[in-house]
Order: sequence, then C-alpha cells, then structure tokens
Amino acid sequence: MKTNSENIIIKVENLVKKFGDFVANDNLCFNVDEGEIFGFLGANGAGKTTAIKILCGLSAPTSGNVEVAGYDVYKQTEKVKKNIGYMSQKFSLYENLTIKENIRFFAGIYGLSGNVIKERMNELLESLQITHLKDTLISSLPLGWKQKLAFSIAIFHKPKIVFLDEPTGGVDPITRRQFWNMIYETARSGITVFVTTHYMDEAEYCDRVSIMVDGRIDALDTPSVLKKTYDAKNMDEVFLKLARG
Amino acid sequence: MRDFSVLINQVSKNYGDVKAIENISFSVKKNELYGLIGPDGSGKTTIFRILTTLLLPNTGRATVEGFDVVKDYKAIRKISGYMPGRFSLYHDLSVEENLQFYATIFGTTIQENYDLIKDIYIQIEPFKNRKAGKLSGGMKQKLALSCALIHKPKVLFLDEPTTGVDAVSRKEFWEMLKNLQQRGITIIVSTPYMDEAALCDKVALLQKGKILSIDEPEKIVQQYEYPLYQVISDDMYSLIADLNDYPDVISAHRFGDVIHFATNQEVKNETIHGFLADKGHQHIEFKKITPDIEDCFMALMKNEN
Repeated sequence: MKTNSENIIIKVENLVKKFGDFVANDNLCFNVDEGEIFGFLGANGAGKTTAIKILCGLSAPTSGNVEVAGYDVYKQTEKVKKNIGYMSQKFSLYENLTIKENIRFFAGIYGLSGNVIKERMNELLESLQITHLKDTLISSLPLGWKQKLAFSIAIFHKPKIVFLDEPTGGVDPITRRQFWNMIYETARSGITVFVTTHYMDEAEYCDRVSIMVDGRIDALDTPSVLKKTYDAKNMDEVFLKLARG
Repeated sequence: MRDFSVLINQVSKNYGDVKAIENISFSVKKNELYGLIGPDGSGKTTIFRILTTLLLPNTGRATVEGFDVVKDYKAIRKISGYMPGRFSLYHDLSVEENLQFYATIFGTTIQENYDLIKDIYIQIEPFKNRKAGKLSGGMKQKLALSCALIHKPKVLFLDEPTTGVDAVSRKEFWEMLKNLQQRGITIIVSTPYMDEAALCDKVALLQKGKILSIDEPEKIVQQYEYPLYQVISDDMYSLIADLNDYPDVISAHRFGDVIHFATNQEVKNETIHGFLADKGHQHIEFKKITPDIEDCFMALMKNEN
C-alpha cells in the first residue's frame, strides 16, 4: 500500500461535525490513496452521509482539517466539486431526458467544451454498446443499465475521485458484478473510488475498508487484515462484531 | 384450499406497453414466511399492489384469505398489513402520532394490540415524540412495521423492508419476522438480497416480471445442475478471466473473497492446479462447494436469456 503523502488524495484529520449537541462525526482520522478502492461502511445512522457531504464540499466541518484532491473543504469547495464525481442509487440521471441529453447536461455542468463532450460521448456510447440507444429516454432503460450509465457519467469529466453511495442497491446479481468490474477498471485508470454499500460481499472487493460506529471510525484496514483481527470468516462477521458491539 | 392464505393464478399486469408481470401464479400457505426474491424491475411491487387491492390485474385471479382482490377489496384491506417499499409514514407526525393514526384508521387502539408490536415498538418508544422524518433508517423501518401490525392483520405484506438497511439491522429485522410468524401471521416479504431467501420457508425467484423458480430454498439449491467449486489464487483479478478460458467453464463469478466456478463436468484438483499454474497463478486453493441462492439465481437468469 502506498502511504507517502504525495499519493494521498483524501486527507482527514480530527474531523468533527456537530448538529447542536449531537456529534455526527467524532474525530475522524483517515487517508485515502490515489487509485484506491476505499470502502466506507457503517450502520444506518453511524454518520457516513454526514462525512460524505463534507468530503464532497457540500457541508463544512465543525472542526478538523479535511483536504480532498488537494483542496480545503472549508474554503475551496468549488474546486473540490470540480475534481470529484458523485453517484448514488437515489440520485443518478434525469428520467425524462435521453441518454445523450443526460451526458450533455452533466458534462456541461462540469464545464467541458462541446468538442470534448462529443468525442467522449461517442467513446462512452461505444464502450457501453449503446450507441443505437442514444436518443432513448432514461426512464425506459432497465435499472442495471441506468446504474452503469450513471457511473460512466459520474466519471465523464475525469475527476480525481468518484463517490459512489450504495451504487448497487436493488441491482440483479450479474449486473452487480459487472458494475464492480467497471469500478476496478476505473481504479486502474487512476481514479480513486470511495464507495458505500450494504452488501458485505462487496466490502471484500475494496482495497481498504473503514467501518463507522456511532460517529467514529472503529476499524480501518484491508479486508484480509480485518478478518484476522476480528477472527471472522468474512466481512459480514467483522461488521456484525463491530456494529453490534 | 383452506390451507392457503394467498392464491394468485395467471395474473398479468401491463403499464401501457410495459409488461410488469406476466402470468404469475403461486400460492402461500397459512402462517408461511414466503419470499419474493428479485432485483428492481422484477415485478415484486406490482404483485404486492395487486394483492393489497391497490391495483387491478389485467388478467388472472387472486385471493387473500379466500377474498377476491377485485370484488372483496374492503374485506382484504381489513385483514392485511402492508409496508410499502417507500417510507409510508407521515414525516411531520411524531412516532406515537403515526401509530395512533394507523390504529384509529383501522378502528382499534394502540393498547388493544400492544402485545403484538411490543417487542418492536419498545425499541423506538424512547423516541416516541420525535418526528418520523427525523428517524434513522433502522428506526423508520421499525415504526413502519409497528404501524402495519397495529390492527393485528392475518397477512402481512412487506415490500423490500430491508433495502438500504445495514447488515446488522437486516439481521434484527429477520429475527422480528420469525417472531411474528410464531404469532400465527402469514408473511409475504420481498427482497433484492439473495442471502435473505434462505431465511424464508418458500421463495419465488423473479426476474423481469416472470417467475424463474418456486420452491423451498434448500430445494432450489439442490436443483442446481452443475458441479460448483470455490477458487482462490494470489491474483484474483485475472483469475476470473482465466477461469472463463477453461474448456468446461459454465460461469465464474466473484463471491466476496473467493470465486465460484461452475463447470460442465467434474474437475480434478490436479487438472485445475496445472491449468492455473500455467497461467502464472500461485497459492491456488480449489474445493467443491454447495451453491447458494445467488448462484442459482444467476444460473436461472442465464437460462432465461
């Protein structure tokens, strides 16, 4: 594992986020390396969403230092946003726009020029083998297709990091695995993948995994070390041991 | 027929040109815990809406506790509890107000059936004055289940109660369902999580509006037709591609930290070791395993396509 600081793409030091008296993020400390697949796990209500919002530049920490892609999340939120991609199961694409329109819309938001959009769009449509569907409304696509396309659009502007928030929820088991192949290819191309999931088998596919419990990160390591540390046969057991306390 | 709680016979439903479900037939025995297992778009929600009398089928017939879903909808609504996939409670009402509301609609009181929901409700009772919209995912789910149970239904319909719910809360939820089953309630539950199929008495595996298979989970697993192996090596990324080049390969899929490898015929340990070593793999582990529901589902999906 690369640990020298030049390769750190997300740096979190003593991150605290409070809502009134409630401590949603309690002194989080972790780094994510460039090109890594980083699994961000935790029970519902453990504070994952709060942390992700901060990392995406949508919410300021109460205290602590946080740098994403080299930018400060207090002052340089617009720079942070330009350098990341985001996709979740709940929000992905506009149903009443076509594939082509969605690509143009999101690429436009990220400020890509018309020529670049055209060129990359053709590449993307070809690689997903959906060139013939480019004028189809998103609403008429099967979920698996939507999710693969949403992921491709989230990295269309070649961000340094892509945040995937439960990207595979409700997807059939074959598509779920195809989706993970796309994640691997993305990481190999140098884009860092920050992913949350409730499928514990998917936790095994990450380079490193952190597990949040009650606002803290209680464990962070490779899946194989975590399994050894917690004397567990799989990540499901690790998760149960930690989250059930 | 008396032994059955839910019967659904040749039911189809279209939305315009889209066939949501096609000729669906299955039967649920009284007091059974029955699972509808399938990804989004497989028709689970449409089946629930028809059984809960919220949607009319285009063709076919269905009954719940002997009542027809079209003619006797009022009777069915009285005896069914329904927890829809989307959070169905009033966000701006408190936990207690929501429960009170559902009890009143069904002409009962919280006190009258408290016994049934006690084990579940007690976990959220400390927050009874909190607005439902401010609850965490796991708590919302417990409140929704309490509301679906407050009129002591004979049949409980749960549409993806564990979607988006963490692994711990999922386990707890299934423990609650087992307890409810012991109270004599028939439960029909849908889920996209294949591992939850094993917790049901009987399951229907669904894909694109059609039934792939119906049986007890153990029997579905027994019907898997290929020898299945678990394979590990030092290079898991190339391992899938390399196994896919094996002459007798049926499929190679990642399952957590191992690969499940199905073949046309039995594969000898030495053969596969030699084959993979030639491709540069080291620390090869290879053993025969029994499939799980996810293996079966993927095999059935492929046959269907």
